[in-house]
Amino acid sequence: MTDTPDLEAVRLTRRFQDFTAVDEVSFAAPPGSFFSILGPSGCGKTTLLRMIAGFLEPSSGALRIKGRDMVGVPPNRRPVAMVFQHLALFPMMDVGRNVGFGLRQRRVPSAEIERRVADALERVGLPGFERRRVDQLSGGQKQRVAIARAMVIEPALLLLDEPLGALDLKLREHMKVELKRLQETFGATFVYITHDQSEALVMSDQVAVMNRGRFEQIGPPQELYYNPRTAFVAGFVGDANRLRGKVLRREGDAVEVADPAGPPLRAAAASAGLAPGDEAELFVRPEAIRVSRQAEDVAGMDNVFACEVRDILFNGANSRINARVAGSAREFDVAAPQTGEFADLRRGERIHIGWNAAAARAFAAEPAEPGKAQAEEGAA
Amino acid sequence: MSRPAGRLTLILLLAPLLLWLTLLIVIPHAAMLFVSLRERVGVGEYAFGLGNYLTFLAEPLYWNTFVRTAWMSVLATALTLLIGFPVAWHIAKIARGRARQALFLACLAPFWASELVRTYGWMILLRESGVFSAVLQWAGLAEGPVEMLYNDVAIMVGLVYTSMLFMVVPLVTTLDSLDDSLIEAAYDLGASGWTILREIVIPHARPGIASGCIVVFMMSLGNYLTPILLGGKSSLWFTGLIYDQFITRFNWEQGAAFGFLLLGLSSAIVWAGLRLSGQSLRSAMARP
Repeated sequence: MTDTPDLEAVRLTRRFQDFTAVDEVSFAAPPGSFFSILGPSGCGKTTLLRMIAGFLEPSSGALRIKGRDMVGVPPNRRPVAMVFQHLALFPMMDVGRNVGFGLRQRRVPSAEIERRVADALERVGLPGFERRRVDQLSGGQKQRVAIARAMVIEPALLLLDEPLGALDLKLREHMKVELKRLQETFGATFVYITHDQSEALVMSDQVAVMNRGRFEQIGPPQELYYNPRTAFVAGFVGDANRLRGKVLRREGDAVEVADPAGPPLRAAAASAGLAPGDEAELFVRPEAIRVSRQAEDVAGMDNVFACEVRDILFNGANSRINARVAGSAREFDVAAPQTGEFADLRRGERIHIGWNAAAARAFAAEPAEPGKAQAEEGAA
Repeated sequence: MSRPAGRLTLILLLAPLLLWLTLLIVIPHAAMLFVSLRERVGVGEYAFGLGNYLTFLAEPLYWNTFVRTAWMSVLATALTLLIGFPVAWHIAKIARGRARQALFLACLAPFWASELVRTYGWMILLRESGVFSAVLQWAGLAEGPVEMLYNDVAIMVGLVYTSMLFMVVPLVTTLDSLDDSLIEAAYDLGASGWTILREIVIPHARPGIASGCIVVFMMSLGNYLTPILLGGKSSLWFTGLIYDQFITRFNWEQGAAFGFLLLGLSSAIVWAGLRLSGQSLRSAMARP
């Protein structure tokens, strides 16, 4: 891991007229890693990927692949291969000619092409598929052919542009595991772009969360989930109850925030300068909240509320209880434990919820509502 | 009750098409075929035979004119494809929004004027006392008036100009349906522009190329005005021979035989072209 990174960007920027799509992005993807760029649509992740592939030139900044400067190098001379959103398999060629396309451009002798194509198809689990037509393949098979076509030229870097987006849910779940396995088989660096946090969390070694052209945080999935550094990351990665209010008190790393809709809440201060009187944004994950029918089970926690069950959103393992704090308008989404204890829970029942300050995070609130700003950006 | 009513509806709906086919295509062709197989043996005396067709083979002028017409039409088709392909590519893949509409309109605009007017336009440019000749003399590149009309190049220019739209439209349609990411994928995998054209773009555009070429070839082969006006009396275009037989010599029998020969031989050339490029007529016509 100490040698040069497979991909390195330094203050990479791309402007379109008066709009900055990618704004001074810097990162490095170590060799053999699965690196994901996660962000909402319109955040600039596709622009970033197209710059790495060479379809767009950066306005400023440096881009290095295996230590070689890539600015000004056309896509067909870069050691990268890309799996397109809609795969872009060539319908005028059979599977074998699709996979061999890159090798033919490199003037590899035809006997070797045949051997390497067979080998690549074997590795993606489609041995003997050379003579099949592209339109005879299922969605998952097309996916694997696209990966074989890109990997057969042994690129330093494989770029994947939301390739699972067009698949149905079951196949997508399956392909997530499959992609991770393929990345381990090929041992290449994968740069994966997605707006689906679960894809990014399941497969990646490193995830960069992108918002409005900038990287908010880069880190392993666990770090993003348990230790988000910005309000955007806390809100975008995983689910969270989010609310805004003024900071009442600060005691070391903990703050007390006034909730306009309910009783005050205690949380860990995630922004350094958060002081009494500041506007704060607070995040509590539904799965971090403990729920019980007995008040004594949650007694002693930093935030304890008696609630009324307003709704039960049954979704198998991801079921949620929507609970309203007694005597206020504040509602919390709480993960329903799957032990069977709450299987008979009914609407209107009394429950007790609680969590410690360390399980909730308070950030200094951004001046504008992030959701609103994104909508404006999308319109522009 | 509903069954006979349904059948009546079907017959009524099909009537215009059937009338069109029988009155305008089947009957005239059948009559023409009949006329072409009739030999004139004396005044008002006719015999049944292939004599009119044999005359075509026996007389080198007829035969050579036909070969020349076919060859020039093939050349005009190839030139139209060569010029039309980049134009269609630009309209389909590069131009956006308004520019795209404007370019399409520019291709269409000449067709607002009749073919006769368009051809006279070329005559104004090319004739001895025309615009090009005057410019060349003014620039000192020519001593005296230059005649650019009444030669094969003038015919070719006219044919390509007349056919351009019929090549560009089917090409734009097929190129439009080519997914840009296929081109990007090929580029990404290391292909050069030339390889992408050969391996991705042309195979995809093949049905459009075939239908464009068929239309342009048929139009050039059957064109009368352009070769006669721009080529003059020595243009030697096969349609000119047919006109002569019908109008000048009043030999309908011979003219009808020439007409059928033109139909048969042009069909044969189109069939050969499709076979050579590995296409079927159905695939070429499915995506016009």
